[in-house]
Amino acid sequence: MKHLKLTTFLVAAMLATGAAAQEDGGRLDLIVQPEPPSLMLGLVQNGPTQMVSGQIYEGLLRYNTDLEPQPSLAKSWEIAEDGMTYTFHLNEGVTWHDGEPFSSADVVFTTKFLQDNHPRFRAAFSHVESVEAPDANTVVIKMKEPYGPFINAFEAGSMPIVPAHIYEGTDYATNEMNATPIGTGPYKFVEWSKGSFIHLTKNPDYYIDGLPHIDDLYYRVVPDAASRAVAFETGEVSVLPGGAVENWDVKRLTEMDGVCSTSAGWEFFAPHAWMWLNNREGPTSDKRFRQAVMFALDREFVKDVVWNGFGKVPTGPVSSKTNFYSDDVPQYPHDPDKAKELLAEMGYDGTPVRVLPLPYGETWQRWAEAVKQNLEEVGIKVDIDSADVAGWNEKTANWDYDMAFTYLYQYGDPALGVARNYTADQIKKGSPWNNVEGYENPELDKKWAAAAIEPDNAKRQELYTEIQQQIVEDVPVAWLLEIEFPTIYRCNVKNLITTGIGLNDGLRDAWIEQ
Amino acid sequence: MAIAGTIFGRLLKAALTLLAIAVLNFFLIHAAPGDPAVVLAGEAGAADEQMIADLRAQFGLDQPLYVQLYRYVGNILTLDLGYSFRQGAPVLDLILERLPATLILTLTAFWISLLAGVALGVAASARVGKFTDSLITGTALLFYATPLYWAALMAVLVFSVQLGWLPGFGYETVGSGYGGFDRAIDILKHLILPALTLGLFFMAVYMRMTRASMLEVAQQDFVKTARAKGLAPSVIRRRHILRNALLPVVTLAGLQAGQLVGGAVLTETVFAWPGIGRLMFESLAARDYNTILGVFLVSALMVIIFNIITDIVYRLIDPRIGQKA
Repeated sequence: MKHLKLTTFLVAAMLATGAAAQEDGGRLDLIVQPEPPSLMLGLVQNGPTQMVSGQIYEGLLRYNTDLEPQPSLAKSWEIAEDGMTYTFHLNEGVTWHDGEPFSSADVVFTTKFLQDNHPRFRAAFSHVESVEAPDANTVVIKMKEPYGPFINAFEAGSMPIVPAHIYEGTDYATNEMNATPIGTGPYKFVEWSKGSFIHLTKNPDYYIDGLPHIDDLYYRVVPDAASRAVAFETGEVSVLPGGAVENWDVKRLTEMDGVCSTSAGWEFFAPHAWMWLNNREGPTSDKRFRQAVMFALDREFVKDVVWNGFGKVPTGPVSSKTNFYSDDVPQYPHDPDKAKELLAEMGYDGTPVRVLPLPYGETWQRWAEAVKQNLEEVGIKVDIDSADVAGWNEKTANWDYDMAFTYLYQYGDPALGVARNYTADQIKKGSPWNNVEGYENPELDKKWAAAAIEPDNAKRQELYTEIQQQIVEDVPVAWLLEIEFPTIYRCNVKNLITTGIGLNDGLRDAWIEQ
Repeated sequence: MAIAGTIFGRLLKAALTLLAIAVLNFFLIHAAPGDPAVVLAGEAGAADEQMIADLRAQFGLDQPLYVQLYRYVGNILTLDLGYSFRQGAPVLDLILERLPATLILTLTAFWISLLAGVALGVAASARVGKFTDSLITGTALLFYATPLYWAALMAVLVFSVQLGWLPGFGYETVGSGYGGFDRAIDILKHLILPALTLGLFFMAVYMRMTRASMLEVAQQDFVKTARAKGLAPSVIRRRHILRNALLPVVTLAGLQAGQLVGGAVLTETVFAWPGIGRLMFESLAARDYNTILGVFLVSALMVIIFNIITDIVYRLIDPRIGQKA
């Protein structure tokens, strides 16, 4: 806690002085881990791609750390009172990195492009009736029904605007320009030396005067976590994005002189970790067993020890950072006796459960071991299953597990990032990003559907509160942690994190004190 | 003539072996759980069935396995290693892009370990039982027993973090704008730690093997004859003992040389060296079938080539080999 307060203070101090004198120039070296497969953000949306390409491509909007929409390619926007029409007014004089002018036609084209390539966009735009461009700087989106979270679907990762003049009429996946991405963003692509680094440079024609400040960005590829820590220690890189080093190195690095850290910049994603409990078969199909698991887990311990005190123990399916969160739900404190009672009541026969950790490094392995220990304390037999990333995807997508670790982003709104894990229409074998646990509750399905299209926010809150109360009672999954990934950086890098997606679009405003 | 005949025979066998390896690899990689579409979809953090089905169709994974195998074998017979859909580039390009870095690293390590190992082995055998011998053997044992991964990290901590003498990772100074000679020097500086780390283990092996082999050959009758003729000890050691003692070392060097392409995964990972070992490892994790099969095939090719070279070197060192009895 002490550490967090200090961090908050540093961030506040940084923002206070930051406004005074911003300096131009310099170069910034950051870690990107793992190396992205491609930088064409419209085609590939994995984490590392978003982090690098968020400087190259832009969305219509950005979101601050309170998740309020901010101008980006759109300088202003209006939502009709009935929630059926969204009008975006685009910035004028915007050009693509190759000099071609940007216009509303690109936005209209983008909605077609992403329809074929971006599952999250596809889901959000399934509520859209039409997208039109009445003039070169205006885009009008007409809805089929009011859809509350829609205004949260316009940042660079959710809807990166792609150039029509390059992609229209071509086979998107094999377009040669994918190797040299062209966007409207504050930095331009220069070079990608595979296995070593990605070099971006300042866009001198950027449409906001005076931005960006930094001349060159180098995203460095360093595959070993210990070597990444060394790279930061020796000053070779100045920014370690969240999750770039193992948790036990975080303390040592942040205590070095001239090093700052912040957990801001993840509000939009609000990574939420849990274990899917297989609701279909085995002991985990019994609600009492699942509740016993919640009482058996010492989640505060894991937060303090495995995650060095970063993060927050969640109360249920919705992160406290996400809109429409409610803490008015049943509570599950660490209570082994209660867990044993529930197990006795259901007559648990000692059938072992298979726990599948997430193959993302040591931290997750240790987490699985902590869970095993907690569960064995109350008499549940546990076998730790293991798999590499492909194996994990295969097992979870095909429901071959009893308890499986995962974490998912929430994208600011329960309808965007939470509902997909709990509604019955999302029970689809073959993908690990839906209702993998097999939870079915027709009553709640109706409420999820109603909440998504409810134009009145107070009524939405009411519906989401009821949903949260019921789901927390049913424990379809065991919620473990609202993850916080601290970004570690040299304190002379200023204004680094100003939005709810942090480093993914933050370099526009960052500057370096020489 | 004999050598030319052998080479031809070996090449024919090699081609068949390569084909068999390719088919075996194909089945092995398809037997691993998951496929590239699932991994790509998984990484996106959001996916629907349409996305996975689209990807499978695009990668040709919606076809039956025998069709995929038929296409793959057809491709390699026309020297086409295929396309990496994950990385959006032809596999051959990806491999060629990474090959120079790996060869610089592994060849340097290879020559360091071979030359230093043989030299130390000769030196130790010449002073067997004395202090120099114990020092060399002891040090070699230490190198031999140290896990590569740990040695690499320690080397970085000492020479890069503490002393600041050498860069701790990477292939060259990023964004330095160096060209020509400056760039070569820069790469050389980056090369020292990984090449030494990679070379030390094999150096120890060569040293021990040379020493043992030298001592063994020194006991043989023809050496006694040479000594009786009154030849100088240094001449005996060089022309009589070493030449015969080198054969087992060459065998081992041939084995090590076969791993020049794929054998440096750990070193490349710790030192962030942009080589082919990492390409292989990352492609395996991502189930990037075409890339991983391509790297396997090139590695297998190297093993076969170096086996042939080893056979030729045998004959050069000892002309008796290969002559009909």
